[in-house]
Amino acid sequence: MTTRLFGEPVQRREDPRLLAGLGRYLDDLGSGALAAAFVRSPHAHARIRDIDVTAALDVDGLVAIYTWEDLPERVGRPLPLLIPHPALTHGRTAYPLARDVVRHVGEPVVMVVATDRYLAEDACALIEVDYEPLKPVVGLEEAAHGAALVHEDVPGNVGAHLVQEVPSTTGRGAAEAIEAAPHTLAFRLDIERSASMPLEGRGVYARWDGTDLRVYSSTQTSTSVRMAIAAALGLPLPHVEVIAPDVGGGFGVKIVHPWPEEVLVPWAAMLLGREIKWTEDRREHFISSAHERGQVQHVRVGFDDDGRVLGLDVSILHDHGAYTPYGIIVPIVTSTQLLGPYRIGAYRVEFTAVYTNTVQVTPYRGAGRPQGVFCMERTMDKIARHLGKDRTEVREVNFIRPDEFPYDQGMIFQDGRPLIYDSGDYPRMLRMVKELIGWDDFRPEPGRGIGIGCYVEGTGVGPYEGGHVQITSDGRVHVSTGLTSQGQGHETVFAQIAATELGVPIERISVVTGDTRRFGYAVGTFASRAAVMSGNAIALACAKVREKALRIAAGALEADPADLTISEGLVHVVGAPSASIPLSTVAVLANPLRYAFDEETARATQFSGAAATDRPPVVEGEEPGLEGRDYYSPIRSTFAAGMHAAIVETDPLTAEIKVVRYAVVHDCGRLINPMIVEGQIHGGVAQGIGGALYERMVYDADGQLLNASFMDFLMPYATEVPHIETGHLETPSPLNPLGIKGAGEAGVIPVSAVIASAIEDAEGIEIDRMPISPSELFDLRG
Amino acid sequence: MTAEHEITLVVNGTARRVRVPGRLLLSDCLRHELGLTGTHVGCEHGVCGCCTVLLDGRPVRSCLTFAVTVDGREITTVEGLAGPDGLSPVQRAFAECHALQCGFCTPGFLCTVTALLKENPAPTDEQVLEGISGNLCRCTGYQNIAKAVHRAAELLAEES
Repeated sequence: MTTRLFGEPVQRREDPRLLAGLGRYLDDLGSGALAAAFVRSPHAHARIRDIDVTAALDVDGLVAIYTWEDLPERVGRPLPLLIPHPALTHGRTAYPLARDVVRHVGEPVVMVVATDRYLAEDACALIEVDYEPLKPVVGLEEAAHGAALVHEDVPGNVGAHLVQEVPSTTGRGAAEAIEAAPHTLAFRLDIERSASMPLEGRGVYARWDGTDLRVYSSTQTSTSVRMAIAAALGLPLPHVEVIAPDVGGGFGVKIVHPWPEEVLVPWAAMLLGREIKWTEDRREHFISSAHERGQVQHVRVGFDDDGRVLGLDVSILHDHGAYTPYGIIVPIVTSTQLLGPYRIGAYRVEFTAVYTNTVQVTPYRGAGRPQGVFCMERTMDKIARHLGKDRTEVREVNFIRPDEFPYDQGMIFQDGRPLIYDSGDYPRMLRMVKELIGWDDFRPEPGRGIGIGCYVEGTGVGPYEGGHVQITSDGRVHVSTGLTSQGQGHETVFAQIAATELGVPIERISVVTGDTRRFGYAVGTFASRAAVMSGNAIALACAKVREKALRIAAGALEADPADLTISEGLVHVVGAPSASIPLSTVAVLANPLRYAFDEETARATQFSGAAATDRPPVVEGEEPGLEGRDYYSPIRSTFAAGMHAAIVETDPLTAEIKVVRYAVVHDCGRLINPMIVEGQIHGGVAQGIGGALYERMVYDADGQLLNASFMDFLMPYATEVPHIETGHLETPSPLNPLGIKGAGEAGVIPVSAVIASAIEDAEGIEIDRMPISPSELFDLRG
Repeated sequence: MTAEHEITLVVNGTARRVRVPGRLLLSDCLRHELGLTGTHVGCEHGVCGCCTVLLDGRPVRSCLTFAVTVDGREITTVEGLAGPDGLSPVQRAFAECHALQCGFCTPGFLCTVTALLKENPAPTDEQVLEGISGNLCRCTGYQNIAKAVHRAAELLAEES
């Protein structure tokens, strides 16, 4: 057996419990807790005239009813605007319970607590809210028109406006470069809303014992939920613990915090002195969590006879829904990641983020990249079509070359740091994906087309993550990190890193994530950052533990630490395995205890050893125990990349679209576990197929979400997802010790662009929107 | 208040007597009355399949079933799939093929696939896709789930 597990397809350590039905998701906890339910607005925009709870008071099992007026000042404040930005001049967030005005269907208005969920919903149904309907603002262009306002004090519904411009190397601006270019094109692209839609919705469960508050939340960031709760409830931080239990998918929506329920449920638990749990149902998730993607883009591009882009000007109208709790991360990501693997002559991008009376917009896997990539890749295809060139040839002439890294795109990325690509090999990746799909041998025919899409993804954004590694006297290794898990296999990949770094069998290693009792400092799981950030932090923490273990073992073995190594959990002299000491014994020696509670510790009491009497048992600079903590804080993001290609067939009569083949070449630097990376890619592509062909949020003019159920919001089943063929390229990141880049969001990013490219090839019709349904394709045929 | 009914469910081979309101869903009964939280609820309108359990051996949506309507019937949940020697071939195949990520939809898939392979021990690719096409998964893209069904069929054949 080997402990060098980095890079191996190790089977997942979380699977046995999840397969046996022994996972512990939010709603599996708190048996016996009171249940919370919410009365939510049925109107997209309305003033609350009155709330009458009288009829609900007779419901058996009712415990409490709360409206905004019942909340103490601190709890009733608007929720925090998490990521302010100078361009977000009119950021607005919701109150935990609506105060006077509701701004989207689904906004919480009344909270009910009862002995079970059925009874809580009975009470909700009997509460009468009198609304004065106001004019709803629905649709990007209506919002931009600004005739009616979502927020009275936000003129024109404009929350943010940002222009970024990168001149050409000769100092030309984009407008000038386009003007002067031999060829120019102008067009419009439409991208509809979709949503993360994890199969487990959100949920919060809170316990208050009179001194300490423990909150479980189905979140992507337990550490920040903890700080937000402590702030909202005015509690000292050490008296609040937040735990993300098993989480049934996140995909972005669960990074937002605190959600109204994350403040209200703990507050009510403290007030009532009872455990309270709220579990989101599916309709609630549709109408009161978050959506993403909706944009209209106007593009102007100028290029030369080879298809080289000389100037690109993109104007984006971004739908932010009713509130901006997560700032303008999504349109910033669209604006910057739009550039993809290309060296663009001069670039100007402008976005206007507008409010609408719809569910708020926060990141969903890809976080603005699918829109940006759709824009750039549609542009590349249009250039190729205009010039009569092969689409891959046009991409090739625009690629950043392998010898140009690090490559500075001249912009500011979403982390506020320069957009500098660290490494990559785009021409080689293109060759690989062309070979995988058989690009050069493909012969298009009516109803059968091939498409391609390329992207670059900034992953592993800072500011930091940490890792803690402790080896106990039973020889077990306990690894913890503060960020959370939603199915990415962190218990496995982090254990692989620890096994490799420490030389300990993986069976002896356990990993805990997202539990503030174990690790209090973290940022969260998003932006394909967990493996990069916590992976490296854990490796650094392991190095500290290893160093200490070797130092202690060197004393015991009377050897030089430099001559020692660890394998199979034994510290031994290199080349002389007989002179060894188990890590369990080293752990005992590391802790000079006075109490002998078992045989191992008996050997370590300060009276049993031969410790020198002329110095303290714990010498200066040392700490008891065999443990280490370290943090990884990158100078900037590391840039993964990928290229996808697909072959589609379209039905001549029904316009049904079938993806016949789908090929992915992906570069996320060094792979920790290829099986898991591949799984991430499969899942991302499947979500991308949903976004390209099926998923959209259909709002009517009144702001009602017409398809707020799985009956009508079409997520792909197994029958809709093509077989995915994958190839990996590994260009290590020079920015972090492990050389890794993120992989979580990658799969979803280029799919809409790829499918549009292939449909266009099959049909000869330009595809400028996503998703595209058979009936829309049918209509486009005219 | 809603009238309560005393019913007996034979869950994973054990008779469980429970008092339930007429409107209590089987999914909620299993999860909250009997403490079998392995059965998950993803949509409560019968589309996602997370709540699939076996009712007298056949897969049903427990979120569309009132507990009182299955009085006296045999129910197998994900907790009942493993044998005395550990995880069932279907469960082992899912682990081997990386057919789960967050694991929330997994119990529904496991029950569905267990019934599928009982009915058709050697399904074709088409039959596998058809067989799992009533369950949603948001993580895996299904490719490894389909692979796991074939692998489970192999394991079952080897072990029978």
